[in-house]
Amino acid sequence: MGLLDRMGTIVKSKMSRIMDRMEDPREVLDYSYEKQLELLQNVKRGIAEVATSKKRLELQRARLAQSAEQLEGKARESLSAGREDLARQALERKVSLQNQIETLDSQIAELDREEQKLIAVETRLSTKIETLRARKEAIKAQYSAAEAQVKVTESVTGISEELADVGLAIQRAEEKTEGMKARAAALDDLLEKGALEDYTGGDALDRELSKIKASGAVEAELARLRGETK
Amino acid sequence: MIIRIMGEGQYRAPDAILEDLNAIDNRIVELVEKGDREGFRNELLRMVSLVRERCEPLDVAEITESDLILPPPDLTFEEARGIFRGQGLIED
Repeated sequence: MGLLDRMGTIVKSKMSRIMDRMEDPREVLDYSYEKQLELLQNVKRGIAEVATSKKRLELQRARLAQSAEQLEGKARESLSAGREDLARQALERKVSLQNQIETLDSQIAELDREEQKLIAVETRLSTKIETLRARKEAIKAQYSAAEAQVKVTESVTGISEELADVGLAIQRAEEKTEGMKARAAALDDLLEKGALEDYTGGDALDRELSKIKASGAVEAELARLRGETK
Repeated sequence: MIIRIMGEGQYRAPDAILEDLNAIDNRIVELVEKGDREGFRNELLRMVSLVRERCEPLDVAEITESDLILPPPDLTFEEARGIFRGQGLIED
């Protein structure tokens, strides 16, 4: 059995679980309509959730990018002071930050795709809801006629399939967002604990640089004093 | 025939497409068995593109059952393997 057959079976079993709940297809129409409205709310919530996660990663990215820029500055200062060893240290940290930034970039792009997908689902679902709202009373009213029964069944299976589809889209988006959230929280934790300061070498690197600056200032003072005593 | 790409919507497809889809589907089965992730991804994307390119999107306002259901294009290898092991993809 191929992937297509299995996919069909999965969706059909979900559909029949929806349809089994009601004895009368007309009830399924009402139930499906309510269910669609509920799913639409879930999709909207999903979109908001994905957007929030994306924003959080973007903020983290901005913070890392800023630190990388600072490191570049420190490397420049170190070089002009003739301390290639310090410049190297700063650049090593910068490269490692850039790797993290790249990872964040791909995560942000993934969330962006997820967001676009959910927005498309929202549009599609809204149209279906509108169609069903307009038609369902008419379909129910004709239910006694044999051909109308066929129509009801058709609509009900069509809607159930749509419900299964949207349900899966929401579920997968949630799973992805959850995974990203956990990673973002871990990174936030690291940032809180000052791991970023370690990265930017806030301690040792800065001490060295300020020593260099201080000794430069001392030399200048000395030169000034020498000038005065002459 | 009506084809649905999960997460994307429905298409009206010429019956002849079934043969091509089946051929790809058979390859996917083999690739998943072999554990070939890269090959699986390529074939899945080929399958989806075939429908996107050769079929007409169904009017969104239409409510009808599909004859064939394609998995979401970003189905992961693990999800595919789960499907073949008979694990459902959709929560109850």
